[in-house]
Amino acid sequence: MGIPKEKLEELYLKMAQTRRFEETAARLFTEGKVHGTAHFCIGEEATGVGVCSALAAEDLIAQTHRGHNQAIGKGMKIDRMMAEFLGKESGYCHGRGGCMHIADYGSGSLGANGIVGGGIPIAVGAAFALHYRKVDAITVCFFGDGAANEGAFHEALNLASVWKLPILFVCVNNYYAMSTPLGEHMNIEDISLRAGSYGIRGQSMDGNDVVSVYEAALEAKDYVKKNGPMLLVLNTYRIAGHSKSDPQNYRTKEEVESWKGRDPIQNTRSRFIAEGSFTAAELDALDARAAGDVARAVEYAEASPEPDVSEALRDIFAETK
Amino acid sequence: MREISYAEAIREALSEEMRRDDSIVFLGEDIGVYGGAFGVSKGMYAEFGGERVRNTPISETAIVGCGVGAAMVGLRPVVEIMFSDFLAVAMDQVVNQAAKARYQFGGQFKVPLVIRTPSGSGTGAAEQHSQSLEAWFVHTPGMKVIAPSTPADAKGLLKTAIRDDNPVLFLEQKLLYRVKGEVPDGDYTIPFGKAACRREGRDITLITYGRMVARCLEAADSVKVEGIEAEVLDLRSLAPMDKEAIVSSAKKCGRVLIVHEACLTGGVGAEIAAIVADSEAFFHLDAPIRRCCGSDSPVPYNRTLEESIVPGIPLIADAIRSLCR
Repeated sequence: MGIPKEKLEELYLKMAQTRRFEETAARLFTEGKVHGTAHFCIGEEATGVGVCSALAAEDLIAQTHRGHNQAIGKGMKIDRMMAEFLGKESGYCHGRGGCMHIADYGSGSLGANGIVGGGIPIAVGAAFALHYRKVDAITVCFFGDGAANEGAFHEALNLASVWKLPILFVCVNNYYAMSTPLGEHMNIEDISLRAGSYGIRGQSMDGNDVVSVYEAALEAKDYVKKNGPMLLVLNTYRIAGHSKSDPQNYRTKEEVESWKGRDPIQNTRSRFIAEGSFTAAELDALDARAAGDVARAVEYAEASPEPDVSEALRDIFAETK
Repeated sequence: MREISYAEAIREALSEEMRRDDSIVFLGEDIGVYGGAFGVSKGMYAEFGGERVRNTPISETAIVGCGVGAAMVGLRPVVEIMFSDFLAVAMDQVVNQAAKARYQFGGQFKVPLVIRTPSGSGTGAAEQHSQSLEAWFVHTPGMKVIAPSTPADAKGLLKTAIRDDNPVLFLEQKLLYRVKGEVPDGDYTIPFGKAACRREGRDITLITYGRMVARCLEAADSVKVEGIEAEVLDLRSLAPMDKEAIVSSAKKCGRVLIVHEACLTGGVGAEIAAIVADSEAFFHLDAPIRRCCGSDSPVPYNRTLEESIVPGIPLIADAIRSLCR
């Protein structure tokens, strides 16, 4: 399908880095090295990586609290992410936000949001600024199936639609709003149907196929620049628990196992080998690179100093010049 | 000096700023051709066009959120919320987003957002269109909260708000919109965190803001014949608050009466009282610190009932007398 091998390599590597980052973060939790929480996207890596790999540096993203894949996809550095996770001064937010609020404006990230749906109107505002300044770029707004029931979702999609703003709404549907299954929290199976009521285009697809997601995002980016907003629903599954305290009593082991069979990283690996685009050894080398990157990130983060308590009140306000 | 109304002064400040800086955009419900629910933006759509003076759907969350996002990436949005009560609809975007974006992201973003909104009772608009909610936002680190009492202050403070790199809640006093006052021509700003002494006195300090300033001045005049000289301090800016002016006036006069329209319990007046009690002024007090504030009640519709729950001039005057006895 004409995707350069370097891009395919990028897709695989970023997914592998995300998985390794989260598995390592989980281990650090069990070792008692983490104060706070994090929300893992294990099983959902193809969504954020696929979409963000289709974006240019000047495109903006608004992330979810479950967005390590989105952050790595947009080019954020793993070492500074890990430092933020450990609450260190060298983290992207200097230990003030943690993973739930990770942001790097330099990479085009408007930050992850701890309020479900809270980032959607903000992303619309960013898209408005791009439109107003006539910048040739788009904003991508990530949110989950749960957020699609927040009022902010409705208000934001409607506003973006009437103003025809360059924004791609990406709903990462993992079929659970925390513990509540999709069938209990909305009465439609295909979330993209909601697009029609705002007069915008909607599309729903397999969110575990990173190559298809990447291609769909490229096309959607083009569409959004010309026509205004679009809602892209990526259907996936959170193999990991909701957060560190998830008792996992709301779903069966069989269901989780069946989705493990659709693991986006394993599937991509098998496909790349079957298609002959990569050898197993090449992919092993990428896995090893991801592991090395994360190991170095942990070293960096652990060696980084704690924030100075004398600066706890820094950055509550900007200094107006 | 020329006299213009409070609403005209606000329009003048916003228009002058928009002429000066094209990164300023103005968003809100019915602010376009209609000119805003209180007529503040009359004529602005004609001058600046629909790209910069943008009518929005009735979507307060999206209006404030859009302002936050646009501010984070370099614009300087001014958003109008038709009644301050409707901020409750947009509370997440104000409290969790606008006020947090700079801190939680480690100082990467500035949020130069102004939320303009009419506050207060007195129009018979009843429970959901008459509240004075400033205490909520004074209690939210990351927000600046302004409540101007004169047309001249409204102009100068709004210019400061627009040029500030932080979220500013600009609480316009809806009963003052038509009140006229002297307003200087052209460009001037008034710094945040500086109270204005509206009347010099020696016996008691009335600490107030917003539309209660005029009532305090009248109450002060009414007790003059009894030999009481009351000082009236108009805070203008509630966050940041001019603690120095509060303490020094309290120290000078030795008696403090705090007056606001917002309901008493947990109000800004409690904070002012605490500032005085926790300062050197405490040792100069000749009477307890007293608050004369709105009743702890929703705002009723009926004119007489509505007026009965906010401090009237006789009530303020009586409080002055009882403290100076």
